[in-house]
Amino acid sequence: MALIRDDVKRAARLARIAVNEAEADEVLEQLVRIFGMIEDMRAVDVAAVEPMAHAQNLALRLRDDVITESDQRELFQSVAPRVENGLYLVPKVIE
Amino acid sequence: MHDATLKTLSDALAARKLSSVEATELFLGRIRTLNGRYNCFITVDEDRSLAQAKEADAARAAGRAEPLTGIPIAQKDIFCAKGWLTTCASKMLSNFVSPYDAHVVERFNRAGAVIIGKTNMDEFAMGSSNETSWYGPVRNPWDTDRVPGGSSGGSAAALAARLVPAATGTDTGGSIRQPCALTGTCGLKPTYGLVSRYGMIAFASSLDQGGPMARTAEDLALMLNTMVGFDLRDSTSLDRPVEDYMSDLQQSVRGLRIGLPREFFAEGLQPDVAKVVEAAVAQYKALGCKITEVALPNMGLSVPVYYVLAPAEASSNLARFDGVRYGYRTPQYRDLNEMYEKTRAEGFGAEVKRRILIGTYVLSHGYYDAYYIRAQKVRRLIAEDFARAFEKCDVIMGPTSPTTAFKLGEKAADPLQMYLSDIYTIAVNLAGLPGMSIPCGFDTQGLPVGLQIIGNYFREAQMLNVAHQYQLATDWHSRVPPHI
Repeated sequence: MALIRDDVKRAARLARIAVNEAEADEVLEQLVRIFGMIEDMRAVDVAAVEPMAHAQNLALRLRDDVITESDQRELFQSVAPRVENGLYLVPKVIE
Repeated sequence: MHDATLKTLSDALAARKLSSVEATELFLGRIRTLNGRYNCFITVDEDRSLAQAKEADAARAAGRAEPLTGIPIAQKDIFCAKGWLTTCASKMLSNFVSPYDAHVVERFNRAGAVIIGKTNMDEFAMGSSNETSWYGPVRNPWDTDRVPGGSSGGSAAALAARLVPAATGTDTGGSIRQPCALTGTCGLKPTYGLVSRYGMIAFASSLDQGGPMARTAEDLALMLNTMVGFDLRDSTSLDRPVEDYMSDLQQSVRGLRIGLPREFFAEGLQPDVAKVVEAAVAQYKALGCKITEVALPNMGLSVPVYYVLAPAEASSNLARFDGVRYGYRTPQYRDLNEMYEKTRAEGFGAEVKRRILIGTYVLSHGYYDAYYIRAQKVRRLIAEDFARAFEKCDVIMGPTSPTTAFKLGEKAADPLQMYLSDIYTIAVNLAGLPGMSIPCGFDTQGLPVGLQIIGNYFREAQMLNVAHQYQLATDWHSRVPPHI
């Protein structure tokens, strides 16, 4: 699975990070080496092994379906780049 | 007084030989004079700190003092603290004043501790040298041409330079232990789930764990007593009986079984680091411990596994930084997509972008099973290696880092070399075990070496006992860098 520049550009598009051609080439070179190291994982047989998501074997806790948070909209929106009438402003999505 | 341990300061405050305002002013003064040399702090807010110190003194006068009341503690800039700029060392959050407290900050505040400032770190905790910070690198007090390690490098360097008596850190792949090793300080990464991740800016959620950093094991125990606790707001926080981590410190370590994994002493380990760590093990033998060899055969795969899992989780966690609700937004854009793409291209540094791209790639259609699921399977093999090793021993010991502090710029251009500086610490995060680092000597250039102590799940009290007994018999932990 040799990585090519289009893979980098596709991942960048999915991750919503703008990259130009020069950056894509530079990242590609580093990613090829990093994935070369990652390929070492293939050395072991994992056919009979269960994936381990994290260290604690926990079931997600459930809580009663009641409101526990107070309304702090103004406080939280005070750190937003652009707000108006309690709404976050972004460029128009639908023409 | 600036060389005093947390315990000594706590006792002096209790005996009314010192007020919190005096202690806070003392350390603020040192930061004012010396921070320019080391760049340990991103934010210092003297008025805010002194206001907390006055409250602490008032609480003590009213008879409401706890062991940490009035103690100045530095918070790694990954912990949200209400009213404080909280940047995670990223341009992306360079304007983010947190509207709330992290659980850890809340607990220190409730205990009456004083926030003395927010420490520098690798951007979003991604790095092992503190060079990825948007606020510039931290310099190692033992040699200012060298890195302090990372990602909690600001906290570690501040401790070594005696700018603070205690600090917090977080450890996803070694970010508490490795900088402690490189600066001659002490740090502990607790069992996954003991310290709440609420308000601790997420990097890789299945690995991230906050922990204490200080200059003695006893101080770590004092801090851990405040940091550990169940929190409903973190879905992986563990509801366990409260422990007193100070209670076992004085016990003898006679008969303790220490496991040495041969994989920790293989190629890649700096020879004088190996020598110093072997001498520390010999010291434990002299204290009556039994040394036995153990095997961690899959440990060599921990770096590859980590660089699939951690970036995968990071790519998902860092999707929230889009310039809409908080943080940086690019000044010019034509449409929503361009706003996202430019905000993230400009707001994140090179290492963060690299990891987001790796994570996005391994989670994308067609690669998920080959990378992500396979890495999770190998992760289990690594955890099972530790379980087998702990059948034969009580604690595992080895070097924390394969080298001592390296030069600024030495590994910055080569991510792979940088990743390998966490080769002995990453497996502990993958397994979710507790691990710590304490100073155990110096290399031939006079740079500090860290001894890593790994315990079984929830054996923090035992590990702290093991470290404390070593510190009663040696004085490596009290050595001060030159010119301090």
